[in-house]
Amino acid sequence: MPRIRKPVPGVDPKDLIKDAARLMPDPARRAFLRGAVGLGALTMLTGCDIVDENSAENALRYVSRFNDRAQAFLFDPDKLAPTYSEADITRPFPFNAYYDPDEAPVVDAASYKLEISGLVDNKKPWTLDELHALPEVSQITRLVCVEGWSAIGSWQGAVLSDFLKRIGADTRAKYVWFKCAEGYTNTIDMPTALHPQTQMSFKFDNKLLPREYGFPMKIRIPTKLGFKNPKYVVAMEVTNVDKGGYWENQGYNWFSGL
Amino acid sequence: MTAETIDVTVPRRAAIHPGWVRVCHWINALAVLVMIGSGWQIYNASPLFGFTFPRTITIGGWLAGALLWHFAAMWLLVINGLVYLTLGIVTGRFRSKLFPLGPRAVFADLWAALTFRLSHKDLSHYNAIQKLLYLGIIFTGIVIVASGLSIWKPVQFHPLTVFFGGYDTARYVHFAAMTAIVVFLVVHVSLAVIVPKSLRAMITGR
Repeated sequence: MPRIRKPVPGVDPKDLIKDAARLMPDPARRAFLRGAVGLGALTMLTGCDIVDENSAENALRYVSRFNDRAQAFLFDPDKLAPTYSEADITRPFPFNAYYDPDEAPVVDAASYKLEISGLVDNKKPWTLDELHALPEVSQITRLVCVEGWSAIGSWQGAVLSDFLKRIGADTRAKYVWFKCAEGYTNTIDMPTALHPQTQMSFKFDNKLLPREYGFPMKIRIPTKLGFKNPKYVVAMEVTNVDKGGYWENQGYNWFSGL
Repeated sequence: MTAETIDVTVPRRAAIHPGWVRVCHWINALAVLVMIGSGWQIYNASPLFGFTFPRTITIGGWLAGALLWHFAAMWLLVINGLVYLTLGIVTGRFRSKLFPLGPRAVFADLWAALTFRLSHKDLSHYNAIQKLLYLGIIFTGIVIVASGLSIWKPVQFHPLTVFFGGYDTARYVHFAAMTAIVVFLVVHVSLAVIVPKSLRAMITGR
């Protein structure tokens, strides 16, 4: 039988639960921390932590921020990602997400609206028909996944920098933030948003984007790792505040340029 | 001259390894171990071959952690490596220690080694096998850094990626270079254990 505990005076039980939760990080975080000690065998052999877990994680994240700046410095806004021929396209093109393909969001084309917010003159939401009417460009480029594998795909859509100009975005802002139908988020730097190959993709291989590749809109950025190419995009914000992103917040490098 | 008095009181020999060599060596050892351990964890996310590395011998715990370690230790490896290469060339150490090196000397010393007649009496002088291995590991170090750079930035450094056969092939080059370094490490550490005074020389210089 469960024992009934009397609340300790002056202690809010809600705070206790919160504190306890903080002591039990989620599995991914726990794995990250365990690995952050890294020289794990040594820790076990000596019975003491040779590296304090939090300070190691903080130091690594600090270096990662430094690497963001190093990559921003290396990024050449005029350098185009290599392009390939139709024959080079990887078929079938891999589906990749943190969920199974049958769990991918289903976005209703008729009611879809791309929400625009932040430092832009015209915040009118865009319907899919309006987006499809934008001038179309095509690219066959290599998608490089943070896991290491790569695949060549073919995307068609509008140039993001043209769209940003069209809606009167302040391109002196630092970031463009994207929100996706399933809750995925992503922030990219303005120089990358203005790169000529950064595309609002509505088609894959000249056919309307299938659900697994991000219907109705994917942001295709051939100068960034795959996870910085959000799918199922429903909202866009031009901002000076770095709102992070789904994977970035879990420890993946923010800039992740190629 | 003071040198004379020192010579009389304490018969000091010149250091086998100058301080900069020893400092660079141990910084490099740390950087290489972190790069290999985290690299194995990164490999596990998308294996090139039909195996993965056991989690207990990798660094980072999961892909993001491993990437953070890899791209932090990268700076240590590259900056320390550049200091080492620069000093090795400028001080003339590479020229005097690693050259001349010809096939005849290599085969002679290889035969001596296989018949256990290769001398380690004078640690300040490298035999042909050592010269070959040390030159080989310097070359492999350059290959692993360059191929790594070509995987990390295949757009910005596209010509380098092309040089390594394209993005996917460059991953195999990077892996092969890692394998060569691990094989070198096994031999290198074994020999240091067999000839402990060589380990002492790399710590104290003598």
